[in-house]
Amino acid sequence: MTKEELKEHITNFQPNAVFDETGEWLNVQVEATEWKPFAQWLRNDLLNMDYLFCLTCIDWAQTAAGKTQAPSNSPPAGGGGVLTMVYHFSSTVFRHTIVVKVKLDRNNPEIETVSDLWRTAEFHEREVFDLFGVRFLHHPDLRRLVLADDFEGHPLRKDFDDPVNMIKL
Amino acid sequence: MYRETQIINSGHTILSAGGDLGGAADGGELVINVGPQHPATHGVLHLVITLQGETIQKIEPHLGYIHRSIEKMCESLSYRQFIYVTSRMDYLSAHINNHACALCVEKGLQLEIPPRARVIRVLMDELTRIASHELWWGAMAMDLGAFTPFFYAFRERETINDIMEETCGARLTMNYMVPGGVMYDIHPNFQKRVKDFIQLFNNKIDEYDDLVTGNIIFQNRTKGVGVLTKEDAISFGCTGPVGRGSGVPCDIRKLYPYEVYDKVSFDEIIETGGDSYARYLVRIKEMRQSIRIVEQLIDNIPDGEFQAKTKAVLKLPKGEFYSRVETARGELGVYIVSEGGTTPYRIKFRSPGFSNLSALDHISRGSKIGDLMAIMGTLDLVIPDIDR
Repeated sequence: MTKEELKEHITNFQPNAVFDETGEWLNVQVEATEWKPFAQWLRNDLLNMDYLFCLTCIDWAQTAAGKTQAPSNSPPAGGGGVLTMVYHFSSTVFRHTIVVKVKLDRNNPEIETVSDLWRTAEFHEREVFDLFGVRFLHHPDLRRLVLADDFEGHPLRKDFDDPVNMIKL
Repeated sequence: MYRETQIINSGHTILSAGGDLGGAADGGELVINVGPQHPATHGVLHLVITLQGETIQKIEPHLGYIHRSIEKMCESLSYRQFIYVTSRMDYLSAHINNHACALCVEKGLQLEIPPRARVIRVLMDELTRIASHELWWGAMAMDLGAFTPFFYAFRERETINDIMEETCGARLTMNYMVPGGVMYDIHPNFQKRVKDFIQLFNNKIDEYDDLVTGNIIFQNRTKGVGVLTKEDAISFGCTGPVGRGSGVPCDIRKLYPYEVYDKVSFDEIIETGGDSYARYLVRIKEMRQSIRIVEQLIDNIPDGEFQAKTKAVLKLPKGEFYSRVETARGELGVYIVSEGGTTPYRIKFRSPGFSNLSALDHISRGSKIGDLMAIMGTLDLVIPDIDR
């Protein structure tokens, strides 16, 4: 399907989805509460998005919008900010690709897991939990993946600072 | 210290591989550790395996022993610098990692690269693929108890390393591909040496088949072992020879051709067995296809510039860019989020090994512990690529 057809088809199911067509692929933004039914629909609908090839997260704390809460050593108390979950889907049958984005509250990031729909998500979600601190509800085994269990903090967050192991250059 | 915590939490008696097997009875289950230092894990991967007798009940991979947080490091490196870090992810496909990053930056800059650079890049990629598959072939056979293939494979791989050394100045982490093309022109000896290598390798690959592929002991140890169905391969995001061994057409070179892959003729190797033997066959046949590509291009390197003119400091426009290439292990994706600065705001590497590893538990359940070596061998995991 072309971008336009995809857009129309998705709007029929999810009328309040927000689209962004500037990039290479169609970007769809949905609310966190609507994410799970939408994901189920993507997987099972005739769109047949069976291949989740990239799952990651972006911390927007240092962008122009987020800069108002000056990045200091301590994270802004109740300062808000946004984490965005990014899912890249593609269909191995029809070869169309879409990117789904879900905005989460940075202080209390929670989203439903999709590891029951795409099994690769189990590891990817553990990685995001580890490095960003996003909690995936109903995940079968939500533990840190690459870092030690007693590690404090989430390194890929923009305000993470480790004075011992320098990762900034 | 945290490893001990996990051991207590799991509620089992855990023994090291050489431990006292007598004290393990816990409902008949035995939990053993393979790795992080184990010859068959090919790197620092730690597997906690629950056994019932000799049968695998569950495999829990513990990662992170070589986690360097490459994604975080890249956030403070410029678009020219970050490429060099990526050679250290999948160190057997260093060229192809660099290639993916260069492609992503070029996509952001909307930069056309000269035809000469395109062909050189593809040649280097395919030589890398052969070198990587050779190392896999030798190591895989050694895991299953055949020692000779390891020496054979390294003998031919050495020739490729020498070619790389002459042109790129390095044998493993080449850092040869830069945004805009390649760092410097090929060495005057390059074409002759590659042709010598093709001649040598065409004889040797038949020898590989005689030595291992047709070997009945090898076939018995790999056929029907670690079966991954097509549906599961897609669901687990398995790509590369692992996906194609299960019948998933997932070769990025065919699906989303980059550089000159749409102008050369080669076959996408697909096996439908889904077992370790199918994955083995895919890689062996892929080596022949790589040779085919190299043969077509080696005498047809266009004249001209090897690098496009670029500014000293690269700035990507605000936006998101995604590039994907086919490494020796599967689909490598580079996802750059730019805020318009000189460094990436966020960068994500979708590494093939990470997704392929996630299928390990699923395909190993019910197999015997001895079969794990065949399964691990044909998944062809490179641990720095998984941990990043």
